[in-house]
Amino acid sequence: MSNSVLFKSSIAKKYFMALTGLFLCTFLVGHLLGNLQLIFKTGEEGRRAFNEYAYFMGHNLFIKVLSYTTYIALIVHAVDGIMLTIQNKKARPVKYAYNNPKANSGTASRNMAILGTLILVFLATHMANFWWKAKITEEIPLHSLVKTVDYPVGQNPATGEMITKPIEVTHYLNTNGTYQQFKVKDPSTGQEQKLFEIKNKHEFYDLTSHVKIGDGYKDLHTVVMTFFSKENSSALFGVIFYVISMLVLGYHLWHGFASAFQSLGLNHPLYMPIIKKVGMAFSIVVPFLFAIIPVIIYMNH
Amino acid sequence: MASKFINITLKIWRQKNSKAKGALETYTLNDVSTDSSFLEMLDQLNEQLINEKQSPIAFDHDCREGICGMCSLYINGRAHGPDTGITTCQLHMRMFKDGDTIYVEPWRSRAFPIIKDLMVDRSAFDRIQQAGGFVSVNTSGRTMDANAIPIPKADADKAFEAAACIGCGACVASCKNGSAMLFVGAKVSQYALLPQGKVEATDRVLNMVRQMDEEGFGNCTNTGACEIECPKGISIENIARMNREFLKGALTKA
Amino acid sequence: MSKLNSRIPEGPIAEKWTNHKNHMKLVAPNNRPKIDVIVVGTGLAGASAAASLGEMGYNVKAFCFQDSPRRAHSIAAQGGINAAKNYQNDGDSVYRLFYDTIKGGDYRAREANVHRLAEVSGNIIDQCVAQGVPFAREYGGLLDNRSFGGTQVQRTFYAAGQTGQQLLLGAYSALSRQIGLGRVKMYHRHEMMDLVKIDGKARGIIARNLVTGELERHSAHAVVIASGGYGNVYFLSTNAMGSNVSAAWKVHKRGALFANPCYVQIHPTCVPVHGTNQSKLTLMSESLRNSGRIWVPKKKEDAEAIRAGKLKPTQIAEEDRDYYLERRYPAFGNLVPRDVASRAAKERCDAGYGIEANDTNEGVYLDFASEIKSKGKQAAYALGDHDPSEERMIELGKKWIEEKYGNLFQMYQKITDENPYETPMKIYPAVHYTMGGVWVDYNLQSTIEGCFVTGEANFSDHGANRLGASALMQGLADGYFVLPYTVSDYLANEIRTGKIATDSPEFDAAENEVKETIDRFLNNNGSKSVDHFHKRLGLIMWNKVGMGRSEQGLKQAIEEIGLLREEFYKDVYVPGSSDEMNPELEKVMRVADLIELGQLMAVDALHREESCGGHFREEHQDSEGETLRDDENFKYVGAWEYNGSDSKQSTLHKEDLNYEFIKIAARNYK
Repeated sequence: MSNSVLFKSSIAKKYFMALTGLFLCTFLVGHLLGNLQLIFKTGEEGRRAFNEYAYFMGHNLFIKVLSYTTYIALIVHAVDGIMLTIQNKKARPVKYAYNNPKANSGTASRNMAILGTLILVFLATHMANFWWKAKITEEIPLHSLVKTVDYPVGQNPATGEMITKPIEVTHYLNTNGTYQQFKVKDPSTGQEQKLFEIKNKHEFYDLTSHVKIGDGYKDLHTVVMTFFSKENSSALFGVIFYVISMLVLGYHLWHGFASAFQSLGLNHPLYMPIIKKVGMAFSIVVPFLFAIIPVIIYMNH
Repeated sequence: MASKFINITLKIWRQKNSKAKGALETYTLNDVSTDSSFLEMLDQLNEQLINEKQSPIAFDHDCREGICGMCSLYINGRAHGPDTGITTCQLHMRMFKDGDTIYVEPWRSRAFPIIKDLMVDRSAFDRIQQAGGFVSVNTSGRTMDANAIPIPKADADKAFEAAACIGCGACVASCKNGSAMLFVGAKVSQYALLPQGKVEATDRVLNMVRQMDEEGFGNCTNTGACEIECPKGISIENIARMNREFLKGALTKA
Repeated sequence: MSKLNSRIPEGPIAEKWTNHKNHMKLVAPNNRPKIDVIVVGTGLAGASAAASLGEMGYNVKAFCFQDSPRRAHSIAAQGGINAAKNYQNDGDSVYRLFYDTIKGGDYRAREANVHRLAEVSGNIIDQCVAQGVPFAREYGGLLDNRSFGGTQVQRTFYAAGQTGQQLLLGAYSALSRQIGLGRVKMYHRHEMMDLVKIDGKARGIIARNLVTGELERHSAHAVVIASGGYGNVYFLSTNAMGSNVSAAWKVHKRGALFANPCYVQIHPTCVPVHGTNQSKLTLMSESLRNSGRIWVPKKKEDAEAIRAGKLKPTQIAEEDRDYYLERRYPAFGNLVPRDVASRAAKERCDAGYGIEANDTNEGVYLDFASEIKSKGKQAAYALGDHDPSEERMIELGKKWIEEKYGNLFQMYQKITDENPYETPMKIYPAVHYTMGGVWVDYNLQSTIEGCFVTGEANFSDHGANRLGASALMQGLADGYFVLPYTVSDYLANEIRTGKIATDSPEFDAAENEVKETIDRFLNNNGSKSVDHFHKRLGLIMWNKVGMGRSEQGLKQAIEEIGLLREEFYKDVYVPGSSDEMNPELEKVMRVADLIELGQLMAVDALHREESCGGHFREEHQDSEGETLRDDENFKYVGAWEYNGSDSKQSTLHKEDLNYEFIKIAARNYK
């Protein structure tokens, strides 16, 4: 009977909710650590670090497994949550005419389903903004760097000085770590020359031999910066939406973190107070740090 | 005990039987002693209704000292009313003020169908108990000496705290999900904590939880409302213990 | 007047039960499923009997009027259960428990029954522990004990102040197990309306489904009545609101004798009456007398000042307090038996020293201040503090008290709005338990063949006064360890009977009678509620058949109750119909029986020209106000035969009590 019990019984639903919830908490930490690079490092260094991190997250096998697990966890968490909510709604077909639940329970704990739904809406938006572009349509430009160099075009016969002409050299950051010259452009004439070609949106191919010579980093950093930049007319709306969503996430975690331990049976008089404190700290710190990133970007760009 | 007298308005759920449609009816009641218990106030109202040849309000009650678990009532939006650590029969009118309007509703749960007015059928709890809430020992009295197995005081005390459940159903009534897990968790815990109950612990928790699900109770989302409203202050630690026991059972029982 | 045969087995007292068990008839396991047994009531006695009989293999049908068998009023017992285990090594033994119980019962209980009770008491504890009853334990993991009134040993097992609850839940779990296995069929929210007798034997009952109002016929080869006591005849008592005498009274009306109805236990420690709308009284466990000291002011003017709210009890100096139990009974002090403690409280209040500001000034103090200090000091020593400050002692002492009696203190505070950790509790005696009941023989069979009566509903074990922590013991002893043998002995002759039909003329007649009574009440169109009559009955009973009884008062009571009965039938108003949940209809049926019983109690009290245990006739007391028994003329069980609703017409039958193994003496707790 154990198999069916593990899937059908109400208590098993709690385990799944708790396990997926806690797993998603670890995902949040990972995601946050990556995001923090958006504000703790600046300039090309920061951009490079972030894009390298994003590339790593997309290509490391372990991380890949982890990310698929995250997708599954998210789906299970949501579907299980919906099933729980349906079961719970059915359990009280007639509502109280007068109810005072504030007296015995926290607001967050009573609204997990609504908070969860809001988070789901946020996730859909968030993924459409970044993940969809990065993974599916790959509409993200590659990490490029345009340097203007003085190109020698001759020598002044009188003075012997070099005559130079500014030209723009576009580099793409190769995943091998080097900035690879992609094209040169003469701004005065508008003439340009590619040094290799790009296929499949990010792969570098030699122009003549058609051999793959490298791979580019997607410039997610710039996408993010642009998204939240003051120059972007919808950025303010975006920032507010993100901040509110993180508030919602905070509320969800405020109850969810410690609750998961309770569901798994890990409630001990000695440890539960600690778990509760950690949960509270987690539910404040993590969403707060997530939330200040768009704010800082907005202020600085 | 300086007793005062107050006048109150009551909004009480009236429903002729399980199939009839119910509604909140309004009553006014004067000269209620603040030393009266809530149920004595209802007695007073019923006496008034009977004298007016109206149908008195049906409500469950028996011991009137907070131990039998028969009284229920959702009063002003809370199971057993605004005070904590008590049953409705221990709620006293000194908790209310002159001129108050008091809402009185039955427990609301799919698993507790209304019988009449404020009375509900809680036999679902009995059926859960019948599914495994016992130690399978015959009543011969010839087991072993009561002191043959010492039980650590801490365990015995915890088992007692869980066993203090009076089966009133306030946990179900106040849970936003109508979950019975505090009730079941308490029973599972009592036995799981005692050596006598450990032998069948696995079967017990699986069977009781199965029956609980069949009865149509909701699922616990750890809001903790039940432990606040439980007249005996039973901790949700007991639900955690049930979750542990259940996991053990679900993973090991072939 | 006939002499009753109690069928006590021959032989030395310690061997009677064993020999009897060895010679009773048995029913083979293959025959048991062919036999039906009805159990009415699911308290300790009923639940344990139903569980045990179901477990043996009989087809058991159990009935309770509550919404679940777990609600029975045994659940409210607080203090504990006695057993002669001698775990505390303070000289206890089966004989001592036997002796204490007989003496406590003021030599009006049957020796053989009480000895059997003492013999099996140890098994009860073993059984309960095996069932997972969480008794209080010491740090070493072994069972803890405390003392109760009327004993000088510690033999009371307990689970905080909720022992009855834990024992009942234990019995309920055993019953639930049998229900789950299909061996017991449970009928909750069902009330027994009548006993059906065929050829002189109990063959079934008429029950009313309280939800639908339907009358149901249930047949059986034996009927066990375990419906509890009749304290609610006083309206205000510590009994549950639903507690009633009806099942026992119906059996009585069908021919079973009702024994010693006047033996009522007035419990000394209850919360005093506060107002006219009060519906019941709340007990504060006798175990509190282990730790509390009972007193009233020495000076009348202090008592008056307290009642007027001008003085607080904590302001009364130690030398101005009268610890009257310690003064009058130095050997037992605050732990004298209940009847003695109750009368002493009444004596002080009647003399004008009562401290409660209610209509009758009835209330005395139960003070924990000394105990808080002394236990606090012990606790401080245990923590290594050998010179604790007063505050420290009080703080630790309160903690100790809370652990021991926390729930009682909380209950008291909720009712009275006073904090008993800071100010003494106010208490006064209240009706609590009824020693009288349906007469049964040694096998717990009534004078109707096949009708067994157990627990508080019978009269058998407590004589004229029950010792604390003995009711739980009796209920479980009868249900687990006596009835399975004696009912089987009776049923051994029934294995060829076959299923009993419910369409016989006897069932028809019984059901019709019930129907007629119900219709009569519903169509009565009177003007007063059931409670109105119940309260008036209670008042007569409390004032005239209560703690102190006189010839004149009892005669008045008999007449007044007679008149009340007539008025009741003429003028009671019952709303609603018979085919629905109708609590007023339930009440009217019960009060009708309580009125008849109340009158019989007065008749019995009037005829018993002596004072014994809970029965105190003011004409029969010594110079110090102690009870004066008349062993020469009244050393018998008075069992009454029903002769119609006027209980004056009841006929007295006697069962002589022979004390072969205990020397009968005046009770002395000094």
